[in-house]
Amino acid sequence: MKDILQELESRRETARLGGGQRRIDSQHAKGKLTARERIELLMDEDSFEEFDMFVAHRCTDFNMDQERPSGDGVVTGWGTINGRMVYVFSQDFTVFGGSLSETHAEKICKIMDMAMQNGAPVIGINDSGGARIQEGVASLAGYAEVFQRNIMASGVVPQISVIMGPCAGGAVYSPAMTDFIFMVKDTSYMFVTGPDVVKTVTNEVVTAEELGGATTHTRKSSVADGAFENDVDALTEIRRLVDFLPLNNRDKAPVRPFFDDPARNEDSLDTLIPTNANTPYDMHELIRKVVDEGDFFEIQEEFAKNILTGFARLEGRTVGVVANQPMVLAGCLDIDSSRKAARFVRFCDAFEIPILTFVDVPGFLPGTSQEFGGVIKHGAKLLFAYGEATVPKVTVITRKAYGGAYDVMASKHLRGDFNYAWPTAEIAVMGAKGATEILYRSELGDKDKIAARTADYEARFANPFVAAEKGFIDEVIMPRNTRKRVCRAFASLRGKKLANPWKKHDNIPL
Amino acid sequence: MFKKILIANRGEIACRVIKTARKMGIATVAIYSDADALALHVQMADEAIHIGPPPANQSYIVIDKVMAAIRESGAEAVHPGYGFLSENSKFAEALEAAGVAFVGPPKGAIEAMGDKITSKKIAQEAGVSTVPGYMGLIADADDAVKISNEVGYPVMIKASAGGGGKGMRIAWNDAEAREGFQSSKNEAASSFGDDRIFIEKFVTQPRHIEIQVLCDAHGNGIYLGERECSIQRRNQKVIEEAPSPFLDAKTRKAMGEQAVALAQAVGYTSAGTVEFIVDGNKNFYFLEMNTRLQVEHPVTELITGVDLVEQMIRIANGEPLAITQEDVKLNGWAMESRLYAEDPYRGFLPSIGRLTRYRPPAEVATAAHVVRNDTGVYEGGEISMFYDPMIAKLCTWAPTREAAIEEMRVALDSFEVEGIGHNLPFLSAVMDHPKFVAGDITTAFIAEEYPDGFEPVTLERGALARVAAAAAAMNRVAEIRRTRVSGRMDNHERTVGDDWVVSLQGIDFKVRIDADKLGASVHFDEGGAMRVTSDWTPGQPLAVLDVDDAPLVLKTGKIPNGFRIRTRGADMKVHVRSPRQAELARLMPEKQAPDTSKLLLCPMPGLIVKIDVEVGDEVQEGQALCTVEAMKMENILRAEKKSTVSKVNAAAGDNLAVDDVILEFE
Repeated sequence: MKDILQELESRRETARLGGGQRRIDSQHAKGKLTARERIELLMDEDSFEEFDMFVAHRCTDFNMDQERPSGDGVVTGWGTINGRMVYVFSQDFTVFGGSLSETHAEKICKIMDMAMQNGAPVIGINDSGGARIQEGVASLAGYAEVFQRNIMASGVVPQISVIMGPCAGGAVYSPAMTDFIFMVKDTSYMFVTGPDVVKTVTNEVVTAEELGGATTHTRKSSVADGAFENDVDALTEIRRLVDFLPLNNRDKAPVRPFFDDPARNEDSLDTLIPTNANTPYDMHELIRKVVDEGDFFEIQEEFAKNILTGFARLEGRTVGVVANQPMVLAGCLDIDSSRKAARFVRFCDAFEIPILTFVDVPGFLPGTSQEFGGVIKHGAKLLFAYGEATVPKVTVITRKAYGGAYDVMASKHLRGDFNYAWPTAEIAVMGAKGATEILYRSELGDKDKIAARTADYEARFANPFVAAEKGFIDEVIMPRNTRKRVCRAFASLRGKKLANPWKKHDNIPL
Repeated sequence: MFKKILIANRGEIACRVIKTARKMGIATVAIYSDADALALHVQMADEAIHIGPPPANQSYIVIDKVMAAIRESGAEAVHPGYGFLSENSKFAEALEAAGVAFVGPPKGAIEAMGDKITSKKIAQEAGVSTVPGYMGLIADADDAVKISNEVGYPVMIKASAGGGGKGMRIAWNDAEAREGFQSSKNEAASSFGDDRIFIEKFVTQPRHIEIQVLCDAHGNGIYLGERECSIQRRNQKVIEEAPSPFLDAKTRKAMGEQAVALAQAVGYTSAGTVEFIVDGNKNFYFLEMNTRLQVEHPVTELITGVDLVEQMIRIANGEPLAITQEDVKLNGWAMESRLYAEDPYRGFLPSIGRLTRYRPPAEVATAAHVVRNDTGVYEGGEISMFYDPMIAKLCTWAPTREAAIEEMRVALDSFEVEGIGHNLPFLSAVMDHPKFVAGDITTAFIAEEYPDGFEPVTLERGALARVAAAAAAMNRVAEIRRTRVSGRMDNHERTVGDDWVVSLQGIDFKVRIDADKLGASVHFDEGGAMRVTSDWTPGQPLAVLDVDDAPLVLKTGKIPNGFRIRTRGADMKVHVRSPRQAELARLMPEKQAPDTSKLLLCPMPGLIVKIDVEVGDEVQEGQALCTVEAMKMENILRAEKKSTVSKVNAAAGDNLAVDDVILEFE
């Protein structure tokens, strides 16, 4: 009997070694942790329970039957993050380079099915050389099985991908369909075709880092939502992110004890808006001074910096924050910022996370590159996302809310629940100068006249009161009271129930 | 008494004067430029009058504009503060003509003391000890060398109209005297429009010690002890204290009596300061007399209990001094730290911008200790480039010098300033410097002790252990809160462990936390334990703790697995990890900071106005590369060395953040 029990322990020990000590050392030498070490850091201590530890591949071609390591290059299972259940798979680069076989895929599919059934997030740690060539089409089939589950799980449970090594070819499409992708600087890359193929086909010479490293995907392509210095920081921050997210789409966003007075005044916000309407200010300051403890988990921090998106808490409850950033491109909307914010708003709506919007937007960015790039349809994404969202929506206009961009930014007309404006707000069809030049085209030759007209326009329209008279603004509030006001607003919306008409799905302008 | 007083100044000193005026029941009038419309002194005053555009030479120092404000407000007296018009005899004259009281000395005294050569002559005649030197004007370089030899090297070559270190050179031999004369003369001509030069003996191991005097219009004059102002950076005072740790009662009395004699020799009234240079053998020499309230006057107030501003106002009102020399008792020790909006890590470059956070330590005044903060700014206010970068004067008082320094350390740690660069870390570092603590200082202290500029402080092991204990206890509180999130699996909750590894400044402390309701005992693996108590809650930027019955104040920020902690001039990442996390973290590679020597980085958030170069251009050292506009100021960025432009990453009209790459070089 003892021998039988011993057998289990020794089999476990072998499985835990994955591809062996030599490969583990080599993984460490690259500054990377092993699949199991990563899970240890991600999960609460001793909370991880592994599935399918002894699964081995079934391939017999290319002498593959000579080597059938336990686990087959991926560690799967479930555990808790601060006591809340999550499912995880973590590819093991020490076993066949983490390549995906039919059985490797089956393991991933198993935990995804369980996550869907039991309503818990899936976190995928990617570190894989790609398809297992020896298995051929069986490997491709495995990818597709995972893809289908990513698609079905979308909007049902949060899916987070952490890229901690190579992720190339078809493999990229599984993370691509998850809610968030995070990368590790210098040790991870993602691309559909690698530098060698790129060279052969287009003659471009490019390194893997340039083509698909963390910098590329956080700044240029926007494929990744964030990047971290190393494996340890990345996994710590994923834990922090999970603390903001509900476990599934039937769950409410989590609530956590907070140590910040909901009625806290911030006198310094009264001077946030510079005297000169064209001087930028940092919208981060407003976000940090309004939300609990200044804690803001920014999503896509490095991309389309003219809009800020991220998670924060009010009275311990998660809210999604969207804010124009006057520091960059005057905070205007353009193709990139519209896409970035639209995707974020849709995530929040899918998972019942209320949305707080801060508006200082001079309009859409003009220009041929924008029009040729389809700013009409991309801008419409954000409009669509805000309009269809049924979660509580609270909006604060701090300064400019001009033209169509005013409509887009969670306006009252898009079923905004609370639309506040600061006294410094200017809600108008456009800035005073532009408006007078159109309205008084015939007087353009007369500088004094135009200046007088501009001043008149400013006095009449560069304020929140015209909109407030029409009820488009629920109330004009003092900047220093912003936290208190938005906390109360969201508190009053905790019972909000709003449903869109039945449809198979909508047809957002993709 | 006056019914209304106008303060012809701005910033902290205007606020300081308003406080006393209010206490005395006098209405106050502030004046302000465009840049100061929202300034604290404007908010504090009973009324405020706009006097022009931001530059001081178009507002605060334009006598006509100030006179107009006086007429408009009906003020009966004017307090000039320091700087601006405070030592301008024409202003005093204009006030006299208008029948408005000047809270300061008569114009004759200002004139007499305003010129270095004249004032030295008067001092000698009044029996005041002066630095050996040549009083007359020097004709040419040959003359300078001859005189230098007579005085004896080392000598100091100074501009007659000089100040603030401009037009000042030290020469140790004939060649340096020749060269120093020429450059002083040029600098004096361009800075002051007055190229008169004189030469005097250069005093070794010099300390800057000054005597505060008060004289009324009835022939009474007293001195209120001294202030030691030796901690200076490029002749700008940084830390002052009273009394001086160097003077004895005999020297103090001698200096004080000479100072009063000098003041009375020029018919001085009001508060004034006689500056001396004191050598290592306690020989003291007259430097100059400042005919106004000094920046560092609070330390004198703290050890004498005399409100100098009140005395100035009373004297200006013609009242006789109510204090005699016998009444002046020096009690305890006072320290002053000047908070400058200067980035110590960037060569003390002035830093401007919005004060996103500004929380001075709480002011207290008890028999055991005093914390006083004279300030002219507030959270959410703007630090503009138009005026002096000093934004506050933090003072502490305690019965002994040692205790006053300790009060200052805690007060500096408790001072929260964000949004701009500032010298708080530097001030903290000086407060912990053994030479400063020993009182072993000269005016060369900063130049000698920080020859290569200032770097963040590395704390010694004992201090690090205290921070580690605090961080471990704080981390425990934060971790426990994390486990309280909703949606947990019942009966399978996370429990927070007791064993942690705290890593900071390259040292790992293994600790075990034994927590109870009142606090936590942190046991070190290497032996020993510390008791930490605090009411800190997660997210609080300022952690006020008690570690082993001594206060510890930390500025904290969040980083993955720990805190950014600033205290005692150190700025560190403090990681608190479970033993297993720490083991895995050790496997992570040390990342080298990227090499930026071949890049032109944007030094401040701003708008690119123009790029002057193209790819392939060869640039010379000092050549203009591009112009960045920030805060409505155009800044020209220049090449640091000869090289070739390999990439241009920005174009005119782009908005860049700090450290964005503008150009790359080969």
